[in-house]
Amino acid sequence: MAADIRPKRPFRWHIGVFLAPAVLVYTAIMILPLAGTLQLSLFRNIEQHQVFVGLENFRMLFGDPNWSVGFWNALRNNTWFFIIHMLVQNPIGVMLAALLSSPKLRFAAFYRTAIFVPTILSFVIVGFAWKLILSPLWGVAPHLMDLVGLKSLFTPWLGKEQYALTALSLISVWQFVGIPMMLIYAALLSIPEEVIEAAECDGITGLSQFWKIKLPLILPSIGIISILTFVGNFNAFDLIYTAQGALAGPNYSTDILGTFLYRAFFGFQLQVGDPNMGAAIATMMFLIILGGVCVYLFLVQTRLRRYQF
Amino acid sequence: MSIATRSVPRTIGAHAILLTYTVIALFPVILVIMNSFKSRAGIFGAPLTPPTPKTFDLIGYTTVIGQGDFIHYFQNSLVVTVASLFFVLLFGAMAAFALSEYRFRGNSLMGLYLALGIMIPIRLGTVAILQLMVASGLVNTLTALILVYTAQGLPLAVFILSEFMKQVSDDLKNAGRIDGLSEYTIFFRLVLPLVRPSMATVAVFTMIPIWNDLWFPLILAPSEETKTVTLGAQLFLGQFVTNWNAILAALSLAIMPVLILYVIFSRQLIRGITSGAVK
Repeated sequence: MAADIRPKRPFRWHIGVFLAPAVLVYTAIMILPLAGTLQLSLFRNIEQHQVFVGLENFRMLFGDPNWSVGFWNALRNNTWFFIIHMLVQNPIGVMLAALLSSPKLRFAAFYRTAIFVPTILSFVIVGFAWKLILSPLWGVAPHLMDLVGLKSLFTPWLGKEQYALTALSLISVWQFVGIPMMLIYAALLSIPEEVIEAAECDGITGLSQFWKIKLPLILPSIGIISILTFVGNFNAFDLIYTAQGALAGPNYSTDILGTFLYRAFFGFQLQVGDPNMGAAIATMMFLIILGGVCVYLFLVQTRLRRYQF
Repeated sequence: MSIATRSVPRTIGAHAILLTYTVIALFPVILVIMNSFKSRAGIFGAPLTPPTPKTFDLIGYTTVIGQGDFIHYFQNSLVVTVASLFFVLLFGAMAAFALSEYRFRGNSLMGLYLALGIMIPIRLGTVAILQLMVASGLVNTLTALILVYTAQGLPLAVFILSEFMKQVSDDLKNAGRIDGLSEYTIFFRLVLPLVRPSMATVAVFTMIPIWNDLWFPLILAPSEETKTVTLGAQLFLGQFVTNWNAILAALSLAIMPVLILYVIFSRQLIRGITSGAVK
């Protein structure tokens, strides 16, 4: 209105109103508890009082055999868990995506949908279904291996210390291969037709086209998948818990940081729960994940060339 | 098109690999569902054959429905998922609108702050979340789960939705402003309907981890009253280790609703992923 003599920019309440709910819930339920957990890791409960003990909990976690044996074991297992994912899940995902994206492939939608099915299932279903299949009681796995003449190689993988972790990692790979497949598939679809045609004019086709043209173009997506895998793996819990229980048997051979945290925090059977040690383990997981994310953001992402079309 | 990309052996090879992997992906699911309709003798005698009139048996399903309170667990899961989804979408869209529409001091800082949660899993704060819920008396309520899942879903929702909201035409919004619409009306009546497809994508991404989560139900709401279907299935499976009929039936009951929803929404989900929503 003409008579309006407001200052040039009145305080815009609506911005606050739009932001407030999300920021409040996010801060109260996510950021503050995260900070609280980091803080708790510096305290210890002595005679019903929280006493500041500095890095004492971490010294115990790394040095006291009661804790350190379990911790290093969990960290080592977790690293192996991650390595298997990187070596098996992501290459298979890239390969499937490359095949799916080949032009004029029939039934592509069907394959895509079917291969993604395990990803939407809950860990409980996946863990148990595989437990049943690999169980020597039911005999599905030995029977199948007999068909290809490998029956002698069958052992109850989930029950043997030396195989259990690898078997579980592969089950997890089976479940999540759909994610790298989809993301890479999306990246491959976004490569413009002209680039591919230019390559074909130069006589670069088939596999060498994939290695020389497509792969460099999808490297940023592979970087994202690697960091997603890293975060997901170092935060994993559910599959091990469903398939092997909180004790991550046999003899802790499948114990990863998630299950270790669960036992430390809540206690299990003879072990008494200790929130402060739980917080210390969660802090270590936080630092590991943060480290991974930083490596990705500052070392990997900045060096990957992004192509703009 | 060059000859190489169309050659027959290459196509056959591609189909062979994809088909093999499809079989690997579907085999366990089909095996479980197939055997859940069989008698015990059928399950162990011929696990790989579909149920025949001789081996067909619904004993597993009658046990599950008789023993576990699955309908109740199912309701809990539904309430938690739908409520969290509603808050994630509403709050997420509002925040995304504020971040993408207005220039204000601290805008990009706020965006960064909200994006932190995409990379750092909320699970790491569990110790303090449990203390918070104990202090506020929310342990063993569905509210606790809804709050946690809302916080968990918000970062990605804000991130994806603000990308899409940037694409809504400024002319439209300014036309609305000239017509005297308030900012709230512009958001709810003009912008929200336009970003509905991306809301659906976010909904699917948010829904799957919430429905399947085991960690928070186990820690925050393990009571009989508030068990979700995932936790219920986990405990039920633990109790019935030797009753294979019941286990297979319970697994199938847990698989089927998700599978049906997936078949209905898979187009939406896959379009969401491949349209570059998650880059």
